[in-house]
Amino acid sequence: MHSADVIVVGGGSFGAAVAYGLVRQGVDTVILDGSDDSLRAARGNFGLVWVQSKGMGLQRYADWSRESSHLWTDFADDLQDSAGIHVNYQNGGGLNLLLSEEERENCRRSIDIMRQQAGPDGYDAEIIERDEVQKMVPGLRVGDEVAGASFGPHDGHANPLRLLRALHCGFEHRGGRYFAQNEVVSITHDGSAFVAQTANDRFVAPKIVIACGHGITKLAPMVGLNAPIRPQRGQVLVTERIETTVEMALGSIRQTDEGGFMFGNSEEEVGFNDGTTLPIAGNIAARAVKAFPQLSGVRLVRNWGCIRVLTPDKCAIYDESETMPGAYVATSHSGVTLAAVNAHHVANWVATGDTPPDFDHFSARRFDVPAAA
Amino acid sequence: MFRRLHDAGGQSVTIDFEGDALQVGAQETVAAALMAAGAGHSRTTPVSGAPRLPFCMMGVCFDCLVEIDGVPNKQACMETVREGMKIRRQDGKRRLDP
Amino acid sequence: MSETVDLLIIGGGPAGLAAAVEADGLGLSVLLLDEQTEPGGQIYRGIESVHPDTLTVLRDDYAQGASLAEAFRRSGSTYRPGATVWRVDEDGSVAYSQDGKGATATGKRVLVATGALERPMPIPGWTLPGVMSAGGAQVLLKSAGMVPSGRVAVAGCGPLALLITQQLISAGANVVALLETTRAGDYLSATPHLFGALSAGSYLRKGRRMRRDIKRADVPIHSGVSDLAAIGEGTLSAVAFSRDGARTELAVDTLLLHIGVVPNTQITRQVFCEHEWYAPQRYWRPVRDDWGATSQAQIAVAGDGGGIDGAAAAALHGRLAALDAACRQGKIELAERNRRADPIRYELAGHQAIRPLLDTLFPPPQDLCAPPDDATLVCRCEEISAGDIREAVALGAMGPNQLKAFTRCGMGPCQGRMCGLTVAELVAQAKGESVEDVGYYRIRPPIKPVTMGELAAMADD
Repeated sequence: MHSADVIVVGGGSFGAAVAYGLVRQGVDTVILDGSDDSLRAARGNFGLVWVQSKGMGLQRYADWSRESSHLWTDFADDLQDSAGIHVNYQNGGGLNLLLSEEERENCRRSIDIMRQQAGPDGYDAEIIERDEVQKMVPGLRVGDEVAGASFGPHDGHANPLRLLRALHCGFEHRGGRYFAQNEVVSITHDGSAFVAQTANDRFVAPKIVIACGHGITKLAPMVGLNAPIRPQRGQVLVTERIETTVEMALGSIRQTDEGGFMFGNSEEEVGFNDGTTLPIAGNIAARAVKAFPQLSGVRLVRNWGCIRVLTPDKCAIYDESETMPGAYVATSHSGVTLAAVNAHHVANWVATGDTPPDFDHFSARRFDVPAAA
Repeated sequence: MFRRLHDAGGQSVTIDFEGDALQVGAQETVAAALMAAGAGHSRTTPVSGAPRLPFCMMGVCFDCLVEIDGVPNKQACMETVREGMKIRRQDGKRRLDP
Repeated sequence: MSETVDLLIIGGGPAGLAAAVEADGLGLSVLLLDEQTEPGGQIYRGIESVHPDTLTVLRDDYAQGASLAEAFRRSGSTYRPGATVWRVDEDGSVAYSQDGKGATATGKRVLVATGALERPMPIPGWTLPGVMSAGGAQVLLKSAGMVPSGRVAVAGCGPLALLITQQLISAGANVVALLETTRAGDYLSATPHLFGALSAGSYLRKGRRMRRDIKRADVPIHSGVSDLAAIGEGTLSAVAFSRDGARTELAVDTLLLHIGVVPNTQITRQVFCEHEWYAPQRYWRPVRDDWGATSQAQIAVAGDGGGIDGAAAAALHGRLAALDAACRQGKIELAERNRRADPIRYELAGHQAIRPLLDTLFPPPQDLCAPPDDATLVCRCEEISAGDIREAVALGAMGPNQLKAFTRCGMGPCQGRMCGLTVAELVAQAKGESVEDVGYYRIRPPIKPVTMGELAAMADD
């Protein structure tokens, strides 16, 4: 048996970021993680720190994403200090390429809605013309079918795999204890603390954060929480290494610091099947080549499917149990974007009970709409 | 470095490796031709810049990557030579096509 | 429009060729896709074009490939050489590239006959120019009639290490040493009568004969060497090894490495066939029945890709898989399939009888499966060392796939072929678990790089 101040269930980019933030505050924390073949959204992440498309219908989430992007520079520096790992955060803004007039029109409507929703806080993304796109990506020849792009000044990207490793490394350097192959089977409260039972071990702490992606569905109800998440597959392609050509993230296209180009993301409703399909991979490739014809001769080295953890409104869920205070749930498919706020505000919320403003907006209770009479 | 046991005779072609003309057997793979030419190294790695030569000769290891007629990162062990073929070392990461 | 055939065979080695001939004879439409430009696979590489003098050097076992290639050429099979398969799906559809163009074809049954790979032999300096796999040198001999110039050492163990040494000597190469990582050779020499009594003792007799030939050529055989290292600045200059407590450095221009072969499971893993750990030889193989059928309903495997049995057995496995394909598609009755299989199985049993004993007696050397020196590169593509792997395991990486994420091992163009077994062994050792429990990389398509343009042509919208 092991005891701690906080148990974090899940060692992906969500759980590890909260846990890292906790040990930074001196909180005695354990991470309980699954096995090598667990579904791991963090391993398939695209690496965007993305703001412009976030929070449609939930302004608090738009603000939250933007706040995270503002914290990201310091967060990346802090990880460099704690873990000695450079996560290569690039914050020069991001482009979402529009490949037809129809896409451009849809984008314009979304921007209008986001502007109205934001009110005086403002919404910064805007549509730019093709020649401006070309100026922003001088290393790549923009395809003839590109009909402009939406530019978000707060968008950026980072290396998601190095982020994951840096969080783990920083967590352990600052005294956190990590237990792999300890999938939590049950959570109970023995009157004084939560007890997380794994196949071979028991962990006891007055607080527990459930941040284990799709594992949440099983565990949250054990502590009076609800998180209506569902799986959605995204396929990603990655190419051979290429000399640095573009530093800006382009929504579904980005060049990693190692040199490979990544392309994605499909949105497929196929349950927990994390395989790939030729037609979808073909569509992703076709779109990339349409955007940048020079990519046609570049070789793909890997195509994977990754299962997103998707809430009904695609915005994050953060909740503390009403019936069993001290039990928290935290989830979203935006593990990289939100890593900075998770390590700062969410960790602080768990550690001190100091709730960030309007945090009830993130409660899963927002989905409890009474059925129409 | 490797040497040929038999003269290629009439069955030979001329290829260009880094500006040098090489007379090689018409059936040879590019990798074989480079091993016989004493290429020293046929690529440098994109990670550390270390020199490499073909290792497995059967398409598995990807250590024989070269630029063939302007196309980067080609597996030299999987390509048969052709008259006039231009081969260059693959120097680290490839560049995009112009 | 994608073409559909009764039997789609991937790989033109002995298993694939024999399966094609058998299936064609049973009235199945056959398409054989092969990455090489000539039939024969690696074992019979260059069989149709080999120089007569080289053929003498390579000897009888190799020459047997010629009749198989001829029979295949005479068959009605559609042959597509230079076709690199990069994706196989459960429904029998196969994506491949030929002459820079992508295409798909569908097999009502797909036979994966992609053979074996040389087991990685990670030693310090094994990425230096001048160090090569022994199999690679043999390909140069078979396909281009080339031998290393200068001083050559062969290091490792297994029949191919002996064979290539002997072949290089007879081809006139200056082989200065055979460095055996086991004392297996001594063992073989000392106990001829024990094995001679067994029906398949010919494998062992061949081994003894090769060793005798090598010794007669005055090439020293050092058995039981350890701590092998390739030494050189920018290129190989020497090989170092320990034996009986003494360290020796031998000046060489070429070092050839070999510690046996393992099934090439890239395709069977990519298409989610179940695999099992074969402990005696420390490799993974797809689970298959007596006909080569895998856990995927439409996918079969034949030859060394299903487990190392050698070329002669591979051809027999190919024929069995063809019979099964014909039966499944109603060309022959079950009883007919079984009747035709009887003599094949009889012959196969002769080749297989001694395998379990050999496999158990001569496992791959532990310190080459899991290199002890932290500086030894394990992943040649991403240049990840044994120490990097151990460090990531210490940080909590619980298996090969988390290690990919933490270190990038296995993420290069070779897709883990050169490091997968080593990484799993290192994890198992560091965690005190079995390799079987540690598992293997998830193999994702494309199993060979394919251009974005080719893939884009497969789009459905």
